Amino acid sequence: MFQIYLPIAEMSVNIFLLFGMGGVIGFLSGLFGVGGGFLITPLLIFIGVPPPVAVGSSVNQVVAASVSGAIAHWRRGNIDFKMGTVLLVGGVAGSLAGILLFDILEALGQIDLVIQLSYVVMLGGVGALMLVESGRAILVRRRGGGGRKKKHVHTWIHGLPLKMRFRTSRLYISALLPLGIGFAVGILAALMGVGGGFFLVPAMIYLLGMPVSIVIGTSLYQITVVAAATTFLHAISGQTVDIVLAGLLTLGAVVGAQLGTRFGAGLKGEELRGLLAMLVLIVCGALFWELVATPTEIFNLSSLTVSP
Amino acid sequence: MSARALLLALCLAVTALVPWRAGAQELVADLSDHLIAIDSEFTGTDLLVFGAIEGEGDIVVLVRGPRSSVVVREKARIFGIWLNASSVTFDDVPAFYALATSRPPEEILDGDMRRLNEIGLDQLRLEPEPGTDSDDIAAYRDALIHLRQTTGLYSAEPVKVSFLGKRLFRTVIHFPAAVPVGRYTVDVVLVRDGQVVQSFSPPLTVDKAGLGADIFDFAHDDAALYGLLAVIGAALAGFLGSLLFRRP
Repeated sequence: MFQIYLPIAEMSVNIFLLFGMGGVIGFLSGLFGVGGGFLITPLLIFIGVPPPVAVGSSVNQVVAASVSGAIAHWRRGNIDFKMGTVLLVGGVAGSLAGILLFDILEALGQIDLVIQLSYVVMLGGVGALMLVESGRAILVRRRGGGGRKKKHVHTWIHGLPLKMRFRTSRLYISALLPLGIGFAVGILAALMGVGGGFFLVPAMIYLLGMPVSIVIGTSLYQITVVAAATTFLHAISGQTVDIVLAGLLTLGAVVGAQLGTRFGAGLKGEELRGLLAMLVLIVCGALFWELVATPTEIFNLSSLTVSP
Repeated sequence: MSARALLLALCLAVTALVPWRAGAQELVADLSDHLIAIDSEFTGTDLLVFGAIEGEGDIVVLVRGPRSSVVVREKARIFGIWLNASSVTFDDVPAFYALATSRPPEEILDGDMRRLNEIGLDQLRLEPEPGTDSDDIAAYRDALIHLRQTTGLYSAEPVKVSFLGKRLFRTVIHFPAAVPVGRYTVDVVLVRDGQVVQSFSPPLTVDKAGLGADIFDFAHDDAALYGLLAVIGAALAGFLGSLLFRRP
């Protein structure tokens, strides 16, 4: 009963387990305002979904998760379309590069390792940074007052060519910078099945210097398009997008996100970020442990599919 | 238990047929199904192999899945991390292997015959790809067999073929949820005094069925359209979600 066969993952899973996972991830994304893609891929791998299918289906779910947020921000005029478009041009190029890399690594038998290793590095770095930042913010709030924000600093970044004017963001910077950031996020999307908001948002604030009010909307706009392109590329390059899996996760996530948003309204920002940081570090630790612990099976198999 | 009743009827039908074919035909056998359909509720299935023989003898039932190349990778610890370090590729590896015998195989057939017919997992022919140079092929071979056993695709011990009276026999082969699709070979063999008297190979196909099969075929045959629909579907779901829960 209640088992459902996932046609692309080629396994049967309890339908409520998938709803539940979608729900938990939706709840977290509603609570913390993150996409949750970074949790879906590892969770799917834990329940036995082949890593390439986990990535392809997770990025499909990210489309659904980010599009509603993007629409909401667009209504409020919080999207810098020019900046977003430059970012996503870099993003789609990065996604293409990521898919090529993915295929090469899969042929070498190292894709599972690279997916896990990327997660450990990204989650470890981001989690640690967030924990430090939220801890500092909580301390500052308790003590009262707090340091003044640094004034605009000129660095080598401002010496780059191809300068463009971004009116909504009130910036005049080199287009190479958002292109490069977008490219990096595209690779992450293709390799890890994430939207990349956890990387994109800080990069837009600290590297580009965009106003915080339009960062979230613009990043959601770019994530939606890059995730859509990545889904499409995974579907044509490896047939690893399981729409049944992605659909069930999405259904759970839509409900979970509403509960999360309501629950999150009663918590303070710094505490929320501290909690999220801890969650990120736990996932990172579990993945790291899998890499270093002596495996129960030293050998593993992969069938080379022959065309019938 | 209508399935059991059906089986009994089938067995009776087979016995009824046998006397007419006596002489040349010493073995008749069939399967409860020639198609195993993997639909969305598929969690594995049992296949009944049954038949009748004329005179004395033992029965060997061998079920082998479609053959393909399999890469066996060995992990090693490098800089503290376990990663796939070396590999051996085996050609023509059956995706499924199950054996059923009326007595232990060693008592029925001698070593040469067992080797020739791949009777017993230890007799499975696993040839490494030409040009493979590894001094440890045996370890990879054992690993392949061991891993296939843990997923239930290879069965270690032969299943019992049981006789009902002197002529009717039956056995049940189990197929796990993860059974690969393709054309299977089923060999039902009558052995007498260490010699194969007659063999019978009823056809068996494992295929995806229902919505799951349609989705799988769609994803592979029309990948671009499938990808496009996956994106549109997700976008639509997100859009509907935002409409549904829009704050007043």
